[in-house]
Amino acid sequence: MTEIIKPGNDEQVFTTTVDEFLAWGKENSLFYLLFATACCGIELMQTGGPRYDVDRLGMIPRATPRQADLMIIAGTITHKMASRVRTLWEQMTEPRWVVSMGSCANSGGPFSKYSYSVLNGVDKYIPVDVYIPGCPPRPEALIDGVMALRERVRKYRTVGIRDKDPHVVQGADCAFGSHPGKASSLELGASSPQGPKA
Amino acid sequence: MTSAAPAGSELQAPSSKLDNAAIAERVIAAHPTVAARSSDNGQPYLLVPPAEIVRVATLLRDDAALRFDSLMDLTGWDLSKYPATPPSSDLVVAYFLHSLAHRHHLTVKVQVPREAAEVPTVSGVWAVANYFEREVWDLLGVRFAEHPNLKRIMTPDDWIGHPLRKDYAYPQSYNGVAHLREGQRFEPPPAPKPAAAAPPAAPPAPRPPPPASGGGAAAP
Amino acid sequence: MSSDLAIESAGGERMRINMGPHHPATHGVLRLIVECDGEIVSSATPDHGYLHRSIEKIGECVEWPMFVPYTDRVDYVCAMNANLAYCVAVEKLLATDKTTAVQVPRRAEVIRVIVAELNRISSHLVAVGAMSMDLGAYTPFLHGIAQREGVNDIFEKLCGQRLTYNYITIGGVGFDLHTGAVEEIESFLAQFEKEMIRFNKLITTNTIFRDRCAGIAVISAAEAVAYGLVGPNLRGSGVDWDIRRDEPYGIYGELGVRVPVGQGYAGRTGKVGDCYDRFIVRLLEINESVRLIRAALKLLPPAAEKPADPVGGFQADVAKALRKPPKGEIRVRTEAPRGEMGYVIVSDGTKTPYRVRCRTGSFTACSIFNKLMKGIFLADIVTVIGSFDIVVPEIDR
Repeated sequence: MTEIIKPGNDEQVFTTTVDEFLAWGKENSLFYLLFATACCGIELMQTGGPRYDVDRLGMIPRATPRQADLMIIAGTITHKMASRVRTLWEQMTEPRWVVSMGSCANSGGPFSKYSYSVLNGVDKYIPVDVYIPGCPPRPEALIDGVMALRERVRKYRTVGIRDKDPHVVQGADCAFGSHPGKASSLELGASSPQGPKA
Repeated sequence: MTSAAPAGSELQAPSSKLDNAAIAERVIAAHPTVAARSSDNGQPYLLVPPAEIVRVATLLRDDAALRFDSLMDLTGWDLSKYPATPPSSDLVVAYFLHSLAHRHHLTVKVQVPREAAEVPTVSGVWAVANYFEREVWDLLGVRFAEHPNLKRIMTPDDWIGHPLRKDYAYPQSYNGVAHLREGQRFEPPPAPKPAAAAPPAAPPAPRPPPPASGGGAAAP
Repeated sequence: MSSDLAIESAGGERMRINMGPHHPATHGVLRLIVECDGEIVSSATPDHGYLHRSIEKIGECVEWPMFVPYTDRVDYVCAMNANLAYCVAVEKLLATDKTTAVQVPRRAEVIRVIVAELNRISSHLVAVGAMSMDLGAYTPFLHGIAQREGVNDIFEKLCGQRLTYNYITIGGVGFDLHTGAVEEIESFLAQFEKEMIRFNKLITTNTIFRDRCAGIAVISAAEAVAYGLVGPNLRGSGVDWDIRRDEPYGIYGELGVRVPVGQGYAGRTGKVGDCYDRFIVRLLEINESVRLIRAALKLLPPAAEKPADPVGGFQADVAKALRKPPKGEIRVRTEAPRGEMGYVIVSDGTKTPYRVRCRTGSFTACSIFNKLMKGIFLADIVTVIGSFDIVVPEIDR
């Protein structure tokens, strides 16, 4: 839709839509939240390091969710941590994007089978845009995932119709429902040998 | 800046290093209720009655010839599935001590019944025991009497059960979120190994024959 | 500063600040509940378990060799040392019965030391780099990461992974050294030593950095022992103790490990056992690791045809022994970059462990936090956390 018009005198004028202009800006400045829980965090750090250098994609780490567009879930999320992840995600400004990095964040990974405390997939708490497999994924894989996300960001419409927007999640629409953590309920299997906590 | 060392620990060890028999003799002389035992594969340890542990710990730390100044580890395990003779359902709390002054080691164990699992705290003797004991309480459910801050350390405060007990039931959900993914089949840990399978006969073969069902469920 | 800042009145002039579990300076998901009076911290209580992944329970569910990948995840910054600790422990357990004892090939023992020391270098690089980053100096961190890539390249050729290696196995190592590995390691070490001189010029001798670390959070030797500090944190307080030298495993006994200890390196304002001493001890350990790798490379026997060859092989045959290991228990200590990594293993004679207990350095390091942080400035908390080089999965497992 972007057009180049030459009105003459060697001047060039770009005409485009507001949506495309904003998407172009967003795509090239995906500031990510410095959020690392486990092993993948080291690979995330090294992706930001001198060799892979994601700064060249306009990705700069931010320490606070208020300044971040993108949340890279780098590492295992446990049941204890999950509601904090949700809080961080809610503190980010819209539109916000989530990349689930590594098998643990995708599905629990090596811990999904025998662990009692690991959340089997962060998408039970927050909506995820891109899943990157690997334990941990290589920096190349992470960059590939970010490129896939950029495709998504490019198609995002800011002033278009918002009710079909997967990223504007309100109340009951979200994957989880209302905010967890208030009604704490730990349901055990049929045979609970111990009583409630002492 | 650096201190060069000769190869091998034996050259390094001071002459005040005691072996396990000498340590046990010294402790039992002061506390006759303490018993010197060894594990199934011959690792020596001292079995201390729960009520005596603080007094024994203080002796171990303060006696000039023993001087166990560091508690290197404090952990525990559940004996209920262990093929011991005789079978037992007790919980074991094990203290692994090391002396930086004399460079010797000691393992001390306390055995408590699982229904009334309570051991006096040694956090007044070794400061680091505070953390170790919180972990043992959280994961194994051994209460440490008079502990300054006996709260769960790993799992959330409202967690139910003590995961490292052998009869622990995995949670179905936490905070309203199911533990498993949709369509994921739960594969329980290996089937319980019958504790009674250990035959009391055949003393030359210390290992029991592997139970028929033992570990079978672990195979995918 | 903190993204998860929750300030509430705690009575009087006190203020309670929630630092973490998401905070850039806590190296993961550690949470500190800090109470302060103005800028002065009156208490800082750590809250753990945000990364408790039940690795010890998993140890009871999987077979003996299947637990090795999980040890990678206990401490991913030095996965080789974590592998080594577990494998040495299982080998010691097997050695308590003559019928199951395995002889690790000599070549495998030397390779283990080489990779473990290489990983110690890369782990300490993250430690000193992250500490300087916490104090506001981003460039040294990038230098550390750049050198870490060099180690990762060697490991990637060796076993195909950059971070979680699963390389050291029970009875040896997973693969023999690849062609040209010795030359690669030697050339890496040569350029690495030059790079460390630049690194030290950049940050170690920097006055601002030194003054921020000097005299902060001083731990006496007796306190360090009582609170179970291990590794560089213990040696930073002047305690001369290293398991590689004093209770050697593998071939460390032949190498004559030299142990640096803290001496108040910061000069006039420094004290033995302050943050700067812990930082310097890590840098000195990097130099010692370089020396150990060079010494180990000289001991490397030529490769043999058979993998199980007792001298030139790389993997002993352990399949039979692991089906019926001896019943009983063992406790083994090894020296990882963050201090003692000890395993207590209980076996009931079957092909799965009965209980696997992993004692790690970061966990006990946290036990001294509350005592240490009383009376320091709020901004110095990140200095203290950085100087301890904690890795959160090691605390929580």
